[in-house]
Order: sequence, then C-alpha cells, then structure tokens
Amino acid sequence: MANKKAFGKLKGREAMVLGIVIAMVVLFSILSPTFRSYPTFVSVLDNSYYITLMALGVTFPLITGGVDLSIGTGLVSYALIGGYLVVHKGVPIGVGILVCILVGLLIGVFNGVLVAVMDLPPFLATLCTCMITRGLGPALCSSMGVSWPSALSEQGAFRKIFKFTSASGTVIPIGIVFMIVLVVIMSFVLDHTRVGRYILAIGSNKEATRLAGVNVKFYHMMAYMISGLFAGMAGVAYAATYATIYPGSGAGFELDAIGGAIVGGVSASGGVGTILGTFLGVFVICLMKVGLPFIGLQANWQQIFTGIVLIAAVLVDVVKKKK
Amino acid sequence: MGDIILTMKGIDKSFPGVHALDHVDLEVRKGEVLALMGENGAGKSTLMKVLTGIYKKDSGTITYEGKEVEFKNTREAQDAGIVIVHQELNMLGHLTVAQNLFIGREFKKGIRIDDRKMNEEAQKLFERLNVNIDPRETMSNLTVGKQQMCEIAKAVSFDAKVIIFDEPSAALTESEIEEMFKIIRDLKKKDIAMVYISHRMDEIKVITDRVTVMRDGTYVGTLITEKCTKEDIINMMVGRVIYEDPKTESAVPKDAPVVLKVEHLNAGRMVQDVSFELHKGEILGFSGLMGAGRTETARALFGADPKESGDIYINGNKVTINNPQDAVNCGIGYLSEDRKRYGIVVQKTVAENTTMASMNDFMNGIFINKNKEKEVADKYVEALATKTPDVDQLVVNLSGGNQQKVVIAKWLTRNSDILIFDEPTRGIDVGAKNEIYKLMNRLVAEGKSIIMISSEMTEILRMSDRIVVMCEGKKTGELDISEAKQETIMNLATREIE
Repeated sequence: MANKKAFGKLKGREAMVLGIVIAMVVLFSILSPTFRSYPTFVSVLDNSYYITLMALGVTFPLITGGVDLSIGTGLVSYALIGGYLVVHKGVPIGVGILVCILVGLLIGVFNGVLVAVMDLPPFLATLCTCMITRGLGPALCSSMGVSWPSALSEQGAFRKIFKFTSASGTVIPIGIVFMIVLVVIMSFVLDHTRVGRYILAIGSNKEATRLAGVNVKFYHMMAYMISGLFAGMAGVAYAATYATIYPGSGAGFELDAIGGAIVGGVSASGGVGTILGTFLGVFVICLMKVGLPFIGLQANWQQIFTGIVLIAAVLVDVVKKKK
Repeated sequence: MGDIILTMKGIDKSFPGVHALDHVDLEVRKGEVLALMGENGAGKSTLMKVLTGIYKKDSGTITYEGKEVEFKNTREAQDAGIVIVHQELNMLGHLTVAQNLFIGREFKKGIRIDDRKMNEEAQKLFERLNVNIDPRETMSNLTVGKQQMCEIAKAVSFDAKVIIFDEPSAALTESEIEEMFKIIRDLKKKDIAMVYISHRMDEIKVITDRVTVMRDGTYVGTLITEKCTKEDIINMMVGRVIYEDPKTESAVPKDAPVVLKVEHLNAGRMVQDVSFELHKGEILGFSGLMGAGRTETARALFGADPKESGDIYINGNKVTINNPQDAVNCGIGYLSEDRKRYGIVVQKTVAENTTMASMNDFMNGIFINKNKEKEVADKYVEALATKTPDVDQLVVNLSGGNQQKVVIAKWLTRNSDILIFDEPTRGIDVGAKNEIYKLMNRLVAEGKSIIMISSEMTEILRMSDRIVVMCEGKKTGELDISEAKQETIMNLATREIE
C-alpha cells in the first residue's frame, strides 16, 4: 500500500497526531455504540473536506510566520458568487466552479500584495480581507442566499465527486481520495519545489533568505496565493456538501483550519510544518466536531476542547524549544 | 582634583573560552571625567558591567565611598548612585518625557499615577541641568540629541554620584555634543564623577581630565589628559605583540586586474563617499572601530540596504545593484557578521543552506534534485572539512566555525567570485579560526577576491594584502600591508583633533 511508505516516513509529530486521531476514534467508539457506524464515518469525512482544503492552503502562510484569516468568510463568499452565477444567471456549472476558485485566487493575490509587497502585518491585512470578503459575496449577489443545484440534477453532478451514491444505494465518500491526492501533491510542493523550499526558508529566517539573493517578495506572496486558491477550492467543497450558502456566514471557519494546522505541528512562529501533519491535525478538529455530541457533549464543548487541544499542541512546541 | 570615590582593584572575569578581564584596576575621583579607552573588545564595557552588577566578577574588590560593595543588579547600583547612560537609547517612544524619566518609580496619588507631579519634577530636573525640554512632549518627537539629554537627566535624577557614559556621542551631531558637554561640565561642578567611554580622540581631549587605557582585558595605564598626546594614547591602546606572523608584503601581483570598483558610495550617515578597488586574488581588509561604517558599506554595496548614490563596476563593467538578488547575480557573496540572523537558516539542513543561493542549478523541471543537492553539499563538507554527522543535519546544531563553513559553501556553490567576509571569525574558537584563515588564503589562491571586515587588529594584519581604514562613515586611509602598522591604522581609525 502507498500508505505504508508514508507510514515509514512519519515524523514524531505526525505519528503523535495520528495516534491522537486513532485514540479519539477508539474512545468515541467505546463510549458511543452509534458512533461506530458507517453513516457517522461518512459524516465525519463530509464535514472535513472544506476544512481540509482551507487547512492545506493556510499551512503556507502559517509556515512563513504569517496567517490568513480571510479564508473562512472567503470560501462562503466565493461559493455564493459561483452559485449565484449558476442559479440566477444560467452560467454553466463548470464556469461557476471555476469562478469560485479564481475569485479565491484573486483574493489570495490581494493578500499577498498587502503582506509581501506593502509590508502590512499578516494578521491585520487578512483581517481586513476577511471583512471585505464577508461583504463581497452578498454585495455582488443582491444579499441573497444561494442553493447550488441538487446532486441528482445534471448541473449538480459535480457534487458526486465528493460523495458517490452507487446504484445499490451505498454511499461512498470518495472525496477523501481527492484529499489524499492533494495532500501528496502539496507535500511535494512543500518539500520538493523551490516554492516550498523558499517559503520554509522565509519562515525560518527571512533576512538570511533575502541576503542569499532570493526574490523573497515573490515567494512570500506565493504563500498567500496558494492559501487563496485552496480557499476557492474549499468554497466548491462547501457547496458540494451543504448546497445552501447563507450570505455573511463563514466567520470562524478559518479557525478550524488554522487550529488543525497548528495541532498538526505547523509552528505558529513559522519555519516548521508539514502537509501531512496539517491533514492529520484537521481530523482531530473534525472528530471533535462530530464525535463529541455522540458521547453526550453539546457542540459548545467542541469549541472548548478544541481550544484546550490547541494550547496543548502549542505547549508541546514551546517545551521542545526550551530544551 | 577631588577625593577618590570609586576604586576597582584586581577585577578578574572569565567567560567560557575568553579571559575578558585580567586583574584590571580603575580609580575614579569626585568631580572628574575619566576617559576609558581601548580597542573593540578591550574589556571596557565588561568592566562597567561588572561594576553595575550585570556581570558577577570572579575576583577583585570594588570600593565605593570607602566601603567594599558588590551590586547584584543595576537596580542596586542605581540606588547606591552608580548609573550608566547607554549608547543605545532605552526610551519608550510612545510615552512622554516625564513618564520615561520616572518609569518604574512613578509618583502616585492613591492608586492613580500622578502625572502632574511627574511633570513638575521633570521640569525641576531640566531646569537644574539647564536643558530646555518639555516634560509633556512625546519621547519619539524629540531629536536623538534631546533624547540623550533625557537619558542623562534620568541618571542625575537617581541622585547619581558616578555616571558612566558608554559612547554617548555616537548618534549626536556636533552641536548636540556641545550641549551635552555643557551638562557634563555642570555636573563636574556638582562634584559628580563620570566615566566617559569613547573612541573619539578630540572629545577625550576636550572633556576628560584623565585617560585610563585598557587592552585585551588588561589595565595598561592612566594618563593626565592635558599632559599627553593622541600618539601616547594610541601607543598604549595598540602596544601589543602580534604573535601570529603578520603579512609583510602583498601576495597580489601589482598588475592584477580590478574585479570590483566602488566609486563615491553614499548610504546615510554611516557611508559617506566611500571609494575603493578590489583586485583579483586579493584580501582587502576593512579596519576601523565600532560604528565606523564598514558593515554598512558592505551592506549598501551588496544591496541589502538602500544606497543614495555611487557607482559599482565589476570587471570594468558598470552594474546596477538594487537588492541582494542583483548582487548575487553579479557574483558577490556576503558572509554576515551576524550569522544567526543574516547568514544561515537555522532550522534548515546543511544541504538546504548550501544550495540556498543557487537553487537554479538544482532543479529538475519544477522539482528540486535532492540527490544532486546532497552530492554538492557532501563535496563541500569534505572540501571545507565541515564537522557534521551528515548533510541532513540542521545547521542550528553545528558550532560557530562549522556554521561559517556552511555559509562559505553556500557562496562557493553559487560560484561567487567576490566574497565579503564581515567579521569572519567572530564567535569562533581559536582552532577553527586558523582553519577559516587557511580557507580564505586558499580561496584567493584559487582566484577569488575577498573583502574582509574585521575589528581584530591581528586579523587585519595577518590576512590583508591591502587595508582600507574607515572612521565615522568615511574612508580615512588606504595602506599597503608593507606600510601598515598598528599605530598607523589606529591613527586613521580615530578622529583627528579639528
């Protein structure tokens, strides 16, 4: 299995997070018989796609030592614009999807210019684009909510690429396959291309990287472009899973993604992180989201536990650094 | 002259690998200004840090006002009346002048801070010192000179009996210095003792009463300022025996081509109209005291900092260098004095650091050819005898000397012909130092050219073929190694009496 090779390569942090994921699954399964069922499994995955995509993207700005807060409200906005074009303007579904992704990329470029070229602090710059994107979708779409076409219709066929229902009625969550493919691709980008190498270097020591003659501004900007691109893709995944997009929602989604990346070992101060770690970290967050209600804890507790887990994750790094 | 207020006797202090102070004596009298002089690293600052409790001395005694004392921290020293005015201003820009003066000891009215009383007290203080500063002004709105006055006022407000000035004039203009001297003369009349650390010979002559000279962590002697000349002081500062054999003549043929020519380079106050040439196969030493503008010259040349004007020629062709990318493309490599901040990417491996500047040569389409990267890194680990278990080691785990070798490997991989070594052996132990020297000699033998900025006189005299001396942002001289002596260099490096 391809997994085996990946297993052998697991670093300490990734192995630890994988262990936590497994432990959570085991714990929930023991405590709640209804948890260990196929529909729950599908539901966990279904709820993870858009978070996973956001997290894969935001890993790059995080690694530069920055952050992208605009991805949550962004993805809702992009899905709103794409859906509006499809539903109300009769645009082909493929174009709608493309627009959704491209607007994301565009906002990514905008963030990149603000941070890398104009030297705005990432927190501030992306907080502003977070507000902008929150209003952008509704503004362009006459403040209406949008329902993307049903999965059964021809226009909604794209939604099957995330959840395929076979003729016999079995639901197959093939979205996870796409996620794994993307994880492999982005791992490659981070570890084996110049973009990834320089983004890691910028996060570790921006000035030394600049003095090595690297076009730091360009690669710094690339990090935000990747984040925007993936926010756009997350918009598509969100539309596929939930269909109905409410204007002005999405605030706070980015926290799940950033939290997942941090749990997965991306250093909040930059320079360190892996795509696989982020991927696994997202599952910790998603399992809590879906799993805690099964053992009788209300959704509010998910927030509280996520916060605690994040503190623990960051503490591990801090303690390690002190050694 | 007044009575002795402070005596330091036989002060000894070692750090791992360095004997920073070797039984140093110092004596300060009431109402005098004592100059403390010495080259970079002579131990002046360390001695003052021992006095004020920042460092703990290994042995020796400090007698202050007739009693033996040992301060545990600056706070204790302050309370006893010994205060340092630092070179870098430690002011909080967003607060007002008065708030800065009384930070940590605010006047209170109940639980409320009494800003009015602080302003009044600050006003009284300024009146006493004959300074015209509004205590309500925001600190960052003041000129550097006025901020320095505030530092001094703050020192006085501690009821200081001994004030130590650590290169107080470094950032000041002529008129600001004059204003500061006025205050110092006032303080003298009030019987306050002052220790004045400075490299500026003319100031020493104007403001101080006696001069104590230190060299390599030892006490050399004390002179009465009025009765000595600049040459006397310089002789005491540099009068060391150079153990490692200095170069006696340049190894570069007279007709070696000029690989780099810099003309009228200007970049702020620290780089004023600097021009020089670098020949093929030459080590051009840049000497000078702290703050002479050598690093700033290198950074401006390399495009790391913006420059105002100046022409740069590489092999006779005029080039434009606006950023480090341009410089690297011109074949220049810069090895920073502050490796950890500017030289290496610590959380990356030896291999990754080695190829950092020449990624283009290691691409297979869009992918990095990691095998080739490893191969080249391995090659340089062997060639430079870098001590590392393997090239996948994070550079943060390497010693200073070996980190330096990784930086050298980075520029050799890029095939840079002109290497700027900024303090190449700072923080590197003696054995590794010699290795770096050998390496530099090998590089020039192979046809590279080196600019070496160094604050160590021995290093300058041992390595350079030619020497450029700078002082306060200006080039003050250029010497062939055959005519270079410690005294001549030091003479050029210290400001002339005007």
